[in-house]
Amino acid sequence: MPRFRPWLSPLLPLALAVVACGGPFPQSTLRPRSDFAGAVDQLFTSIFWWAIIVFVVVEGLLCYAVIRYRHREGRPAPRPVHGHTALEIAWTLAPAVILVFIAVPTMRTIFATAGEAPPTALKVEVIGHQWWWEYRYPDLRIVTANELSLPVGRPVQVSITSADVIHSFWAPALGGKRDATPGYVTRIAFRPDSVGVYSGQCAEFCGASHANMRLRVLVLRDSAFQAWVRRQQAPAAAPPRGSLEARGRDVFAKSACIGCHTIDGVSKGIIGPTLSHVGGRATIAAGLFPNDSPHLARWIANAPSLKPGALMMQMPVAGADLTAVIAYLQSLK
Amino acid sequence: MTGSRGLRSWLTTTDHKRIGLLYFYTAFAFFLVGGLEALLIRAQLARPNGTVVGAETYNQLFTMHGTTMVFLALMPLSAAFFNYIVPLQIGARDVAFPRLNAFSYWVFLLGGLFLNASWIAGPVFRAGVLNVAPDAGWFGYANLTERQYSPGPNVDFWMLGLQILGVSSLAAGFNFIVTILNLRAPGMKMMRLPTFTWMTLVTQFLVITAFPVITVALVFLMFDRFFGAHFYVPQAGATPLLWQHLFWLFGHPEVYILILPAMGIVSEVLPTFSRKPLFGYTVVVYSGVLIGFMGWGVWSHHMFSVGLGPIADSVFSATTMLIAVPTGVKIFNWIATLWGGTIRGTTALHFAVGFIAMFIIGGLSGVTHASPPADLQQTDTYYVVAHIHYVLFGGTIFGLFAGIYYWWPKMTGRLLSEALGKLHFWLTFIGMNLAFFPMHLIGLLGMPRRIYTYAPDLGVSSLNLVSTIGALLIGVATLVFVVNLWRTRSHGAPAPNDPWGGATLEWAIPSPPPPYNFSVIPTVASRLPRWKTEHHDPMPDPPAAPPAPVHVPGGSWWPPVAALGLPVLALALLTHHLWLAFLGVAIMLYGIYRWAFEPFEI
Repeated sequence: MPRFRPWLSPLLPLALAVVACGGPFPQSTLRPRSDFAGAVDQLFTSIFWWAIIVFVVVEGLLCYAVIRYRHREGRPAPRPVHGHTALEIAWTLAPAVILVFIAVPTMRTIFATAGEAPPTALKVEVIGHQWWWEYRYPDLRIVTANELSLPVGRPVQVSITSADVIHSFWAPALGGKRDATPGYVTRIAFRPDSVGVYSGQCAEFCGASHANMRLRVLVLRDSAFQAWVRRQQAPAAAPPRGSLEARGRDVFAKSACIGCHTIDGVSKGIIGPTLSHVGGRATIAAGLFPNDSPHLARWIANAPSLKPGALMMQMPVAGADLTAVIAYLQSLK
Repeated sequence: MTGSRGLRSWLTTTDHKRIGLLYFYTAFAFFLVGGLEALLIRAQLARPNGTVVGAETYNQLFTMHGTTMVFLALMPLSAAFFNYIVPLQIGARDVAFPRLNAFSYWVFLLGGLFLNASWIAGPVFRAGVLNVAPDAGWFGYANLTERQYSPGPNVDFWMLGLQILGVSSLAAGFNFIVTILNLRAPGMKMMRLPTFTWMTLVTQFLVITAFPVITVALVFLMFDRFFGAHFYVPQAGATPLLWQHLFWLFGHPEVYILILPAMGIVSEVLPTFSRKPLFGYTVVVYSGVLIGFMGWGVWSHHMFSVGLGPIADSVFSATTMLIAVPTGVKIFNWIATLWGGTIRGTTALHFAVGFIAMFIIGGLSGVTHASPPADLQQTDTYYVVAHIHYVLFGGTIFGLFAGIYYWWPKMTGRLLSEALGKLHFWLTFIGMNLAFFPMHLIGLLGMPRRIYTYAPDLGVSSLNLVSTIGALLIGVATLVFVVNLWRTRSHGAPAPNDPWGGATLEWAIPSPPPPYNFSVIPTVASRLPRWKTEHHDPMPDPPAAPPAPVHVPGGSWWPPVAALGLPVLALALLTHHLWLAFLGVAIMLYGIYRWAFEPFEI
């Protein structure tokens, strides 16, 4: 009979996992970059080590028992032990005590991260849509999409809701996820502590392109954030008369685009993301593609082929008109 | 009508043993289907930006994988043992309501076929094949399931299929509660019941209390989808959170419905193969009962990311951590059962010990997301996928395989090959750890669940490849098991009454047992009737032939006929044909009417 070595097998994937690791892990939960994410990480680490201790002790006992007491010829029949009251009490209390060590910091962290920021916090409203994110800064009168810009070191109060089905807003480096439920406003609060670009995505299954509902958070130095705010608050760029961009604006204004998209002074659609400053964003289609001419062209021509289920219809814009529209959109910094 | 061979004898059977085998083969077939779905999922995720299937197909695959494994594979595989083993363990000739038992099976089969018909039913709805299978997740969160966001018949298939299966589970639940409480052999007091039978009893109470909750939730959804009601429509002032509360109020007890039978099996296998009574029988039984009760108080731990507020999160966190205590107690008692025994390393024992080893990992990762702040980073990621598979694969499926290797000789009269069994075990064990362990890291590195594609810069590509290789290995292991089953039909060593030296009543009678089970109903004087204990000598086996002819009821056509009415009724709702609804009701009423007036003594 082969001996039991149940402890060997889990080590193999673990070793493989360590070898396989590499890269920057932009969406890791283990590299906190805010107070909220830091508190969660600290709590998880302490629970993790408790779990490791329990794992080693209990699996160790199991393996020892299986090997030590395996059947061998000539061993007398085992004593028919039916139980042991003191032992039962001991191994009821032991996990209970360990759980106290987990429960107390848990409760403390629940209340510390309960979603309340100081009144001076930057207020941001997040609205989930199938399959993109709308961001509103009510105090700054800014509306934008998919790329959330925040100043480093300042508390942020995020209010989250949905325009259609349930989504979940999640940027792991900045903290835990929070569902975007239609009809509800939920809150999280955090203070980003490092400049950088952090990726995230929708975490609640929300239909065909749930996998393609990504997001980026840009944590900026205060000066860079102020510059971004000024650009966003400025009216949408008006192209010079007779330029390619002006032709693009005219094509846009005459197309179905205006039914869904807002560009200040041109259109007032609210079904899709605002495009007033779309040229200033690094990605399109909720973080799926770089914001460059080839991708814009393919997106405008046939969005559902790039993003299954996308609600944007195929636009009958082609040739020079398409080039013009792309030039116009890229000019909207 | 009482023939023992031929198709008709299987269609009309009311023998709990045959129904148990039907449950086994049907559920195992669905297990293979669910496994195939899992392999396709893993093929798609083996590389970033995978192109094996598209988004819509992928969403159908993970929805059907979850639904199939929970409702069509694990629950009915447990039911195979409830059917076959429980009446034998309590010294009964059959279940309390044999025809209701047959009805449960046929409803289960037809419900499972109805659900899976969605894979090929596309053309009926002017859509392609592989287009109308359920696609909103096995948890079916409102309001994505509303007609506005899921206009096709996909969600209809899902909710109607689950309603049909609920009827099967409820009927079986009542049947087994009555059976266990009323048909015990003389002297089989409650605290002498074998642990597996005890866990079956707790499970059935969970079934009859939890399934009505999902039934209500699904009826609301049916009204929303078919009649334009607004139970989950936020624009009408309702809240989609109602669904989440109802679903998880069912869903968490459901987790225990899936795991308690496996715990019961392990509690039978360990004593037999370590030649020692179960350590702390009373504590193991009471902790099972306690888990059954506590399982009702933890549902919102599936909803920490909803934002229910710090008070609710704290309460559900505390109740969830508390449930770890009776679970831990069971594990310690199992280890203490092995301690000091003479352990025979049969395949059944391998799977039972594997169960404990894997369940510990699943339990510990469970504690990490019992903590709401930590859970906010883990929920809806692959970390949770890892957790549920350590609990439901490493736990439930390992437990069920332990039961299969343990009771197969009793059920078929032949012993499964131990050599192939060990191979099956080690391949499964290595495969499952390769498949599911990396998922902990994949989740912590930020990959959400239920996504059909991921970007290469997420940094989880190699880990996903490892996981896919592990899944393939599980597939190979399952093939080994299928070969073992097939080979055993003709080449398996004939099993004596008691190949293992078991303590419980099922080992006192031939393998497979005669239709009447016990030639003479035994009188039980001890918790371990077939073992010598301090106060009791082993019970003598019943005589080989009954002293007088034993009356065994014949078969009946009416349970399958009545069962047939349900999918016809569901088809009516699916296709909006009123006449089909009348037809379905007529078939069911006719079946029940004939059933009620059938002299069941042919």
